Amino acid sequence: MKAPSFAYAKAKSLAEAFELIERPGARILAGGQSLIPSLNMRLASPELLIDITGLKDLQGIDRRPGGLRIGALVTHAQLQRSDAVDQHAPLLLQAAAHIAHPAIRNRGTMGGSLALADPAAEYPACALALNATIVLVHRRGERRVPAAKFFKGLFETDIRPGEILAAAEFPKVERSVFLELARRHGDYAIVGLAGVADASGRRIAYLGVGATPVFAEQASRAVSLNAALELLGRDLQPQADLYNSSATKLHLAKVLLSRAWTTLSKPH
Amino acid sequence: MGKAELPLHAPGTKVDRGYIGESVPRPGLQRLLQGRGAFIDDLRFPRLAHVAFFRSPYAHALVKKLDFKAALRAPGVIAVLDGRAVAEYCTPWVAVLAHLKGIKSPPQHAIAIERACWQGEAVAAVVAESRSQAEDAVALIEAEWKELPVVVDMDDALAGRNVIHPDLGDNICFKREHDTGGVDDAFSSAVVVVEETFHFGRHTGVCLEGRAILADYNAGEHSLTVYHATQAPHMMQDIFSRHLNIPEANVRVITKDVGGSFGIKVHVYPDEMATAAISVMLRRPVKFVADRLESFLSDIHAREHKAKVRLACSKEGDILAFDLDDVTAIGPYSVYPRTSGIEGNQVVNLTGGPYKHQKYRAKMHVVFTNKNVTCQYRAVGHPIAVALTEGIVDIAAQKLGMDPAEFRRRNLIADDAYPYTFPSGIKFEKLSHHKTLDLLLQKMDYKALRAEQAELRKQKIYRGIGLASMIEVTNPSPAFYGVGGARISAQDGATLRLEPTGMLTVMCSVTEQGQGTEAIFAQIAASAVGVSLAKVKVITGDTGITPYGGGTWASRGAGIGGEAVLLAGRALRSNMLDVAAAMLKMDKAELDIAGNAVVHKLTTEKKLELAELGRVAYFRPDTLPLDFQSELTVTRHYTPRQYGFTFTNGIQASLLEVDPDSGFVKLLKHWCVEDSGTVINPMLVDEQLRGGVVQGIGAALFEECIYGPDGQLLNGSMADYLVPMAGEMPDIVCAHVETPTMQSQLGAKGVGEAGTAGAPGAIMNAINDALAPLGARVTRMPFTPERILKALKKVD
Amino acid sequence: MDHAVETTLTVNGTRITRRIAPRVHLVDFLRDELGLTGSHIGCEHGVCGACTVRVNGDIVRGCLMLAVQADGCTVETIEGLSDSKELAPLQQAFHEHNALQCGFCTPGMLMAAQDLVRSGTKPTRDEIRAHISGNYCRCTGYQAIVDAIEATINGKG
Repeated sequence: MKAPSFAYAKAKSLAEAFELIERPGARILAGGQSLIPSLNMRLASPELLIDITGLKDLQGIDRRPGGLRIGALVTHAQLQRSDAVDQHAPLLLQAAAHIAHPAIRNRGTMGGSLALADPAAEYPACALALNATIVLVHRRGERRVPAAKFFKGLFETDIRPGEILAAAEFPKVERSVFLELARRHGDYAIVGLAGVADASGRRIAYLGVGATPVFAEQASRAVSLNAALELLGRDLQPQADLYNSSATKLHLAKVLLSRAWTTLSKPH
Repeated sequence: MGKAELPLHAPGTKVDRGYIGESVPRPGLQRLLQGRGAFIDDLRFPRLAHVAFFRSPYAHALVKKLDFKAALRAPGVIAVLDGRAVAEYCTPWVAVLAHLKGIKSPPQHAIAIERACWQGEAVAAVVAESRSQAEDAVALIEAEWKELPVVVDMDDALAGRNVIHPDLGDNICFKREHDTGGVDDAFSSAVVVVEETFHFGRHTGVCLEGRAILADYNAGEHSLTVYHATQAPHMMQDIFSRHLNIPEANVRVITKDVGGSFGIKVHVYPDEMATAAISVMLRRPVKFVADRLESFLSDIHAREHKAKVRLACSKEGDILAFDLDDVTAIGPYSVYPRTSGIEGNQVVNLTGGPYKHQKYRAKMHVVFTNKNVTCQYRAVGHPIAVALTEGIVDIAAQKLGMDPAEFRRRNLIADDAYPYTFPSGIKFEKLSHHKTLDLLLQKMDYKALRAEQAELRKQKIYRGIGLASMIEVTNPSPAFYGVGGARISAQDGATLRLEPTGMLTVMCSVTEQGQGTEAIFAQIAASAVGVSLAKVKVITGDTGITPYGGGTWASRGAGIGGEAVLLAGRALRSNMLDVAAAMLKMDKAELDIAGNAVVHKLTTEKKLELAELGRVAYFRPDTLPLDFQSELTVTRHYTPRQYGFTFTNGIQASLLEVDPDSGFVKLLKHWCVEDSGTVINPMLVDEQLRGGVVQGIGAALFEECIYGPDGQLLNGSMADYLVPMAGEMPDIVCAHVETPTMQSQLGAKGVGEAGTAGAPGAIMNAINDALAPLGARVTRMPFTPERILKALKKVD
Repeated sequence: MDHAVETTLTVNGTRITRRIAPRVHLVDFLRDELGLTGSHIGCEHGVCGACTVRVNGDIVRGCLMLAVQADGCTVETIEGLSDSKELAPLQQAFHEHNALQCGFCTPGMLMAAQDLVRSGTKPTRDEIRAHISGNYCRCTGYQAIVDAIEATINGKG
């Protein structure tokens, strides 16, 4: 199926992007690896696509005192090649390997994944586990939103009209583990787990278990694996998908928790 | 003995087989490797119009009103047509066959009139200057619908509370019963009786190239040229001729490169018929290429069976009887012209097929539902028959405490028992079950694997080994379709022409879809005539050029088309020797052809280059005797007739590991031992087997068209319908036993179905073998992690 | 309204300027506008990989990139990499191993495989399988493709 007709503008500056985004029916186009399929299935019909891929302000990976700032336009492939990510946020590196396939990782972006907020995607769950800060820019200034408040519903985020997702900032953690169960290499997972741990404790987030990525708050605080498994049932009320019931998803989430537990529970 | 004058499998003689049996790479592949193929969508035509279809969003609904006003005003739109408009140019069809007694189906139009019977059935067509514009206009069609009761489940269909086609009286398209007698006695006297019900998901072919047709009507000569991604060009020529009312000779079907077919592209599709009709109507070339979303809704689906099978066995482990009850749901129409009764019919014919029991009873129902239509897809019926046979055989072996391989050895029909008539009535010329079993066990080192399995179980690693013996229908005679009244050729023909330079042109009615048909024809032709492979050019897929024939389906290309090529090659060689004898003034019997030259038969001294023979025959026949006319173009045909089908046999094994925590299955290795008679090109045969195995793995682990209770297809995209990808597939070891068919000089049997036929059963048995110590069993394909977890009672 | 945007790109070494409707994805542009029909369309939702082409040196899904986004880019297709002989070793290995049947997936498969060849790594069979796991082939069962790539990279054959 062919995409419906729409207009296209490549923003030359953030200022121009802010102006264009006010137009009716405008949508941001970054890597396009989720948006373009939806256009090709005529599931989306924007009037204007604003291509932001030329904006330097949204690119690059920078080490900052508080952690790592990853520009919205950083592709999965760039992230995979980054030493800074390897040192500061290896969870993202582990997660990126699960995202689709090489040709898609060459175009798909960190910002696009976070802004789309697909509950089955890898980065939103990582952002939640890592307590990332999402940086949103607007022509009137910048707004910083913690990941826990950013993902609001199914494909719904805290991005307000006129705002563009510019970057995400990730604090450094000591240990991390990313696991997922997908029936085929590169598929969206049935369930995935993004977990981190350091002296302040453990943070375990799940993908594929609800309308948003879900922070398993009670299980994260549990003192033992058995307790965590018990508590996970309170954290997660997974929605069934085409192939898996809610009970299956919860079971698989527990399987992942068991596998991740050792890494997340090493003595400090 | 001279080159290939005896049957290639002649016992007790040494025959020069030339290229036959050699793994030569397929000639002419650089074209495809460089992206320079000619798939339908690659062709460029002036004034080409594009068609897109408005398809029913409902599984069953009356079309109360179609409003085309806005669509007709859309940019680039040439025409918007409903079913009645297209019916003026294309007559409807009814897909029944006389030998499937009692089969019934309603008339079907190219575009549905008044009523849509499945989600995705086309109810209007938009013709525009581009595909995008056609789709834009489709979105502007306004329709009023009245929803009708939907029949989705096969049991509901059978119960008949809602009848989809009231004129037919019930939802039963076809039913068949078969009984040798004595089955009840066998079961009542048996020490071991086992029973299980197996479910087979509905799946589809997912050819990477969507269905494609470009029809070009020439009003000046009332002729239609159809560029068509089809497996059966002559069948389609007949269909276009009869349903569009154009004389047969004025219809030419050209099949260039085809991007996968597997049975998907051997049927008559309403949207393709509409495209041809629209070309006639608009007097211009019109193209339709099914996009991926409409492929899922309109390419034929297959399988969807529920089969209860019982097996009776003596205490020594001898199988006494099979008892089968199969139901299959086919959508709202039997598919033209092969019908949708064949798959169920095959299940009845083939169940229990490898074994020597004498008592067999089967009951089978084919029912209508409001889902997409199903029809013959690769290995038609075999995956069902093999899996339920091999599944119940393993259950019996388990109950007896016998090793599955030993249980099979005890019960497989003996290799010296042929010819043999199986209790379902089918006849086997010669099979080699025991040889293939022995070779398989040796190749996989069965004993070592069993020992390793036992060792690993102690570490709570659950590996499974699954076997699946099988028989397969290949080289079909007219008994398949022709006797039922279908105008589908069971014979094929080949024309061989010696070119003046000594090259050979082969034209054959069997088509190429990537199996390597053209390569093996080149091998056979080169061997039969005595030229090198590089001298042979093969042309297929053009009703205007090739002899008449059936095309490519039911594993008939090598066995039937190949024999025609062999016969034509031998005849041409004889004619060439006549020319050489005349030129050289020698006795023909003294001459032979080898290495692109006429040689002395005994001394192999070169007498004449073929280029010289060609030069004289074509340009200087004045130098030949006055009463001599050279005949350097030869046509021969072949039809298998002694047996209804030339059965082949084989056996597969799967080694896999089940993770009882997650329910995930990891495939470790797969083996396939096949007896397809004379192997013409082992590399191509192995690739047929491997590709087929992976399609079978798809059925076992991944693929299922999932419908909601309202008849909506829920996973109709490549993101949601899971096909096997490289990452999960195992390496597949192939080996061969060669039992040539004596019906032909070539001795080749088919091989296209084998992999797909056996793999699902082997995988199922391996999973159940892995699960056995945990007391679980799965019987519903595909075996998703959830289904395995449910069997393990890890989730409800 | 087609909202056409003037776009300049280099395709297989040739600089091309066209006015392109934004809705046209890159592979439709290559096929329909430039007649480069070697890149195939198998799904148009980014799953099958038949449309894989190279943009600025990286492989991408041709159906998941708008042609107008290729403004200023260098695009290489199966035709270009065949003519430059860059793909010749892989093409020969595919031929010898019969790593294609219908050939519809082959251009995309070769583009993905060449990406691995160029990476300079010595991948295992599992790594080869992972790298081409986004390229669908219905015919071969993949083993011959893995064999051909392995032979090209590791000199096995």
